[in-house]
Amino acid sequence: MARPPATLEALHARYGPHRNDAPPGGWEENTRRAPDRLVKTHCCFCGQQCGIQLKVRDNAVVGFEPWEDFPFNRGMLCPKGVRRYLQGSHPDRLLSPLVREEGGFREAGWDESLDRVARELRGIQDRHGKDAVAVYGGASLTTEKAYLVGKFARLGVGTRHVDYNGRLCMVSAGTAYKMAFGVDRSPNPWSDIPKAQVLFVIGANVAECAPITTDYVWRCRDNGGKLIVADPRMTPITRNADLYLPLRPGTDLALLLGMLHVVLRDGLEDKEFIAAHTAGFDAVAADAKEWTPQRAAEVSGVPPEAIEKAARWFAEADRAMALHARGLEHQVKGVENCLAVINLCLATGQIGREGAGCNMITGQGNGQGGREHGQKCDQLPGQRSIADPAAREHVARVWGVSPDDIPPAGLSAQEIMEAIHRGEIKGLLSICFNPLVSLPDSRFTREALEKLEFFAVIDFFLSETAHHADVVLAGSLQEEEEGVTCSTEGRVIHIQQAVTPPADARTDSWILCELGRRLGDPGHFAFASPREIFDELREASRGGVADYYGISYEKIDRMQGVFWPCPRPEHPGTPRLFEGARFFHPDGKAKFLPTVWRPSGDPLDATYPTLLTTGRLVGHYLSGTQTRRIGPLVDMHPEPRVELHPRMAQPLGIADGDWVTITTRRDAMTLQASVVRTIRPDTVFIPYHWAGARSANRLTHRSLDPRSKIPEFKVSACHVTKAAGPPTGPGPVSPPAPARES
Amino acid sequence: MFGYEFYVDPSRCIGCKACENACAECDTHRGTPMIHVDFIDRKNTIATVPTVCMHCRNPTCAQVCPADAIKMTDDGVVQSSMKPRCVACNNCVLACPFGVPKMMVAAEQMMKCDMCYDRTSAGKRPMCATVCPSQALAYVEPEAIAATRRDRPTDVFFFGRERVTTKVRMMAPAARDAIALDVADYMWEGGA
Repeated sequence: MARPPATLEALHARYGPHRNDAPPGGWEENTRRAPDRLVKTHCCFCGQQCGIQLKVRDNAVVGFEPWEDFPFNRGMLCPKGVRRYLQGSHPDRLLSPLVREEGGFREAGWDESLDRVARELRGIQDRHGKDAVAVYGGASLTTEKAYLVGKFARLGVGTRHVDYNGRLCMVSAGTAYKMAFGVDRSPNPWSDIPKAQVLFVIGANVAECAPITTDYVWRCRDNGGKLIVADPRMTPITRNADLYLPLRPGTDLALLLGMLHVVLRDGLEDKEFIAAHTAGFDAVAADAKEWTPQRAAEVSGVPPEAIEKAARWFAEADRAMALHARGLEHQVKGVENCLAVINLCLATGQIGREGAGCNMITGQGNGQGGREHGQKCDQLPGQRSIADPAAREHVARVWGVSPDDIPPAGLSAQEIMEAIHRGEIKGLLSICFNPLVSLPDSRFTREALEKLEFFAVIDFFLSETAHHADVVLAGSLQEEEEGVTCSTEGRVIHIQQAVTPPADARTDSWILCELGRRLGDPGHFAFASPREIFDELREASRGGVADYYGISYEKIDRMQGVFWPCPRPEHPGTPRLFEGARFFHPDGKAKFLPTVWRPSGDPLDATYPTLLTTGRLVGHYLSGTQTRRIGPLVDMHPEPRVELHPRMAQPLGIADGDWVTITTRRDAMTLQASVVRTIRPDTVFIPYHWAGARSANRLTHRSLDPRSKIPEFKVSACHVTKAAGPPTGPGPVSPPAPARES
Repeated sequence: MFGYEFYVDPSRCIGCKACENACAECDTHRGTPMIHVDFIDRKNTIATVPTVCMHCRNPTCAQVCPADAIKMTDDGVVQSSMKPRCVACNNCVLACPFGVPKMMVAAEQMMKCDMCYDRTSAGKRPMCATVCPSQALAYVEPEAIAATRRDRPTDVFFFGRERVTTKVRMMAPAARDAIALDVADYMWEGGA
């Protein structure tokens, strides 16, 4: 029974979240002493992976300096990047392994902790079978760590069940792109965005979730480009939209089919492109026939004239580009939504050229690289399918095992939690994942965690999920281990080790290798450095879709990033995919794939008549484990607020700042209202970065897209009432931390 | 940086406060930003606006200072009050038409945006304009602004009948060369 060993108040008092507001030694120290060095590396928050220089003094990160020569962001940063250095030298930092005991956690040595984890996991497997243990990874890990998680799970633990929190992020788009194009990557480098004449942004809060992309969008407009934004809320980039499509949450597919209908009805399709470079057009055209602008408008809430205009602008431009993100993907028809964007681009020939294409905006730090090399339940390194005998053969050869030693595909992240709840999976090792905050229906997640026979966590702060752990292994921050990540535009970049882990914390790859050696053949985990892991990864990816064989750390530094595929050392990399309309399927063609309308997994009814959608704020990152501990970011958004339109608020007697209770079929939560005219009057919005009473995922539901297995975070049915006052329990930030030894 | 000018374009601002946070990181003011970002009217719009010191050609803050503590550099940058002279009277804070100077109570001194004089005098761009992800704040050569932006810069502002010219330029719709901030400027009050 993996229940927290102490009250929430006690755990918060000891492990936070506390705020950190100043560099180590205080501001005076920074004035008095210059940094020892500036380290050119990248931000740890979000898939933009902006170049940044970290100021380092006495093996601590003490500040930042813009890196203006890095071409993607040219010195630009969002507030998270500016303040990220405050996560180092933080009072909440885990400085040694922790072992759970009666009433709390005690600090423990590495041998004791690692031996215990290995013994317990092996014991569960001896009693219940290999697959009774699962491994969770994360998409904020470097690609080396992500690769190691996959190898560790399959060869060290020997389980088929390994998946990662990218399952909550990019998998709908990844699945759709793989099906349609044969590859999971945005086709265009971001430098193409300003060259588009029409930019169609759908389901992407660019300004808050990918802030640097704003500059690309504005430069597109500076060049005379038209901006179309489809979103239930007026996000900040909507202020300059030439056409705003205020669609109802969960109806993107209707809007996109309506646009395709107009294109085909008016003969605006690119017939030559369709004939020469695609397959499957006729079935998709037949599907679009019934989606008249009128019908699309009735479903989506976007005026028919606006749908017509958007379709014509997109089709008639010489160069049109679509940008999409979680708004499209976090739905039970997430894959269909992305396929519909692809179908629109294929039908109009808007792909495979400078300034034309459909592109997904990756959310997590290594959202792209973290899914390419083997911590996904159905993939092996190089974006290879784990079911493909040739792929298994290749990877088995690199790993020095028989293909039969590599387990088959396992369950996806949410399915693993369901299997834990059913009692089928009894042991879990989790790194870089905070499922209690980030998975839907947190009451269910908590019940599942409490059923685990043994739970080990690798993390640098004690996340809310780690409260349930038996052993917590003190791991490393991004700036404490060298490696690579892959940014949203497919650019592989170099993360530098700016400092070493403090006190008795260790690098993540050291921990995984030590555990791997204890659980499996030590020879599989004999890596002395991330570079050795990367060299094996290059071989494992060789010949695959995401081919890294021709990439080296030095080449990345020399070229300021290398776009994969890069199959040979002398290969320059591939900034733009599909040039000359050559796609990655064996016949070189792209596939039109049919999209079938399905209702949400949490339909509205008389009791739950209002739409709830969730998302991010600019000052926070994912489950907030890091950003809820950085004082200036806490000040930007101290608590989540629910956004609702005055037309909904007034009849309920709700004024701005009032406490409001949102109830769904799962749970209820109470938070303060922001009454604004910038959201549809039938929809409320809650940001998801907080835990406990403030966690939006108390309210969301566990319905998954059948193919991508992504939860439907963007569409829930809810009921809104005015509340008497604030919820009880601990606040979002704990009182100042007690002094700590060492 | 010679030949570079500071441009503000509120229509590009996304309200992310990267500028405020980066400003606060300066060693000279240690965690306190000298600039700010505001929602104009959050209930009705997502529009936000960043406010930096406009560095007036004939700065009101310096005119009203009884201690002659506010000086301008040769290249037109209006600086924070000189610590030995400042009497912390708040005149400048109240008089500035743009609402920029701040009274640092603990230091008993007015401090304000000085266009990162420590950086610009050493060949670096000001911190806010370097990090701004939407380039609502930009520090570039005039030719670059003319070549890339649809709007055009202005340095003339009216506050009632007071005409203020500034070093920092504000991007305005191409058809207009001055931005009036007072409703009265838009009213017809009978024939002259």
